Amino acid sequence: MDPERELLEVLCQDARAETADLARQTGLSEAEVEEAIADLESEGIVQGYQAIVDWDRTEEEHARAAVELNVTLDRETGYREVADRIAKFPEVTSLQLVSGNYDFLMTVEADSVREISYFVSEKVAPVPEVTQTVTHFVMDTYKEGGIELRDGSDDDRLSVSP
Amino acid sequence: MRPADRVERVPPSGIRKFFELAEERDDVISLGVGEPDFSAPWAARDAAIASLERGKTSYTANRGMRDLRTKIAGHVEKRYGFDYDPDEEILVTTGVSEGIDVALRALVNPGDTVALVDPAYVSYQPGVNFAGGEPLIVPTREEEEFRLTYEALEEAGAAEADLLILCYPNNPTGAIMNEEDLKPVAEFCREHDLLVLSDEIYADLTYDQEHDSIATFEGMRERTIVFNGFSKAYAMTGLRLGYALGPSEGIGAMNRIHQYSMLSAPTTAQHAAIEALESCDDEVEEMKRAFNRRRRFVLSRFDDMGMDCFEAKGAFYVFPECPGDDEAFAEGLLESEGVALVPGSVFGEAGDGHLRVSYATGLSSLKEAMDRIESYVESSSR
Repeated sequence: MDPERELLEVLCQDARAETADLARQTGLSEAEVEEAIADLESEGIVQGYQAIVDWDRTEEEHARAAVELNVTLDRETGYREVADRIAKFPEVTSLQLVSGNYDFLMTVEADSVREISYFVSEKVAPVPEVTQTVTHFVMDTYKEGGIELRDGSDDDRLSVSP
Repeated sequence: MRPADRVERVPPSGIRKFFELAEERDDVISLGVGEPDFSAPWAARDAAIASLERGKTSYTANRGMRDLRTKIAGHVEKRYGFDYDPDEEILVTTGVSEGIDVALRALVNPGDTVALVDPAYVSYQPGVNFAGGEPLIVPTREEEEFRLTYEALEEAGAAEADLLILCYPNNPTGAIMNEEDLKPVAEFCREHDLLVLSDEIYADLTYDQEHDSIATFEGMRERTIVFNGFSKAYAMTGLRLGYALGPSEGIGAMNRIHQYSMLSAPTTAQHAAIEALESCDDEVEEMKRAFNRRRRFVLSRFDDMGMDCFEAKGAFYVFPECPGDDEAFAEGLLESEGVALVPGSVFGEAGDGHLRVSYATGLSSLKEAMDRIESYVESSSR
């Protein structure tokens, strides 16, 4: 694996790693790391960096839903146009065109289930191309962004072994 | 009850002491661990569970399930260019440890001399003693990156030995031996008619190059038993599954002991291993990449601290030189900084003045541990 690709893999695991440590892990120099990251960003390969939050551990109210969307298209309006319109709502945290029984899979986040219900029925459903919505409220999250959400370490190895 | 003499003669493992010291406190970051921090790939674990659900809890053939042996044969052929007959030349064992023990008992006559690389994994020498052999220590040196050389064998008097235990990639040093390094060793073994037990459990954890096996050299296949298994690369240490590859007479002799002492390797683990070979290449590759990144990280940190450390390219250990006595350093580090690692001298005299540092630990702990080592080195040199 080339060092730039490896850098991407490390960033996917820990985007906050310091440049010096990224350099150590990949065998690149610090300047090369910085340059490679700048390239990844300018080429649009890396679009941003976010924290993975277990909202259940905060005081905040937080609700999330996966919403199936069916849409109808015409000569002027393709999936891209519909997606652009829906993606603009800040409540929408992800939007994907998927294969199967519906067209889009949309993730919505808000402060409460009520807000999400309101958002889907009053903002998304009325979009002219949207023919159907099916909302699945998230009841519990066990894994997010590749990280299992649970307490502490489960390293039960012997502390010293041959 | 009085233990037998051959047991009395073998001292307890030096690792035990550090284990006990480390167990006394709960804030320890351990770089003393000889196994991966990953769990076995889920597909392999799932296959083990499924086999239990289907009631697969009986013995298997002594040599191991034929399906597993066939898959092992395919795997080693694809990976290392070996060609072994699953019916006659492969024995599935309860970890490489059982394999080595059985091989020593099957191939060593009382009084035979067994040459051992120093430093090396702690169980070879007791194994030789239990089998009634005479261990002959062959020291390796840091200047040669702890590789075994023709000259070292000669100087140690290994020409008179009957058998050599080779272990590369090496625990504890992380040293590897490539084709060029192995060639003269193979020559020595042919010239002086030595059998070879080659423990290659870390073969898949060779970084930035391919693993080479001594058994692939001319005239070596017939005098070598190769040991490998699932513990390290597949993170299956607790499932206890290894295998031995060798000429049918050798494997047959080993099986004669194995069939009485072990009957067969754990059945559940064999089911997991079949699945591991079938579908877990990607996970192994991913773990290997993670190890490699940590390896570079740790080496670079030791370099920055001014602790000399040759570039270990295998297993998940580096073996830095230690300022002063290694045992005192390890004890002091554990006491004042809560970092556990293993003094090199535990693995033999040639390991004196070194430390075995395992990087089979998550990067955040590794980073914290290296910070603590740095502050310990600074404070103790003041």
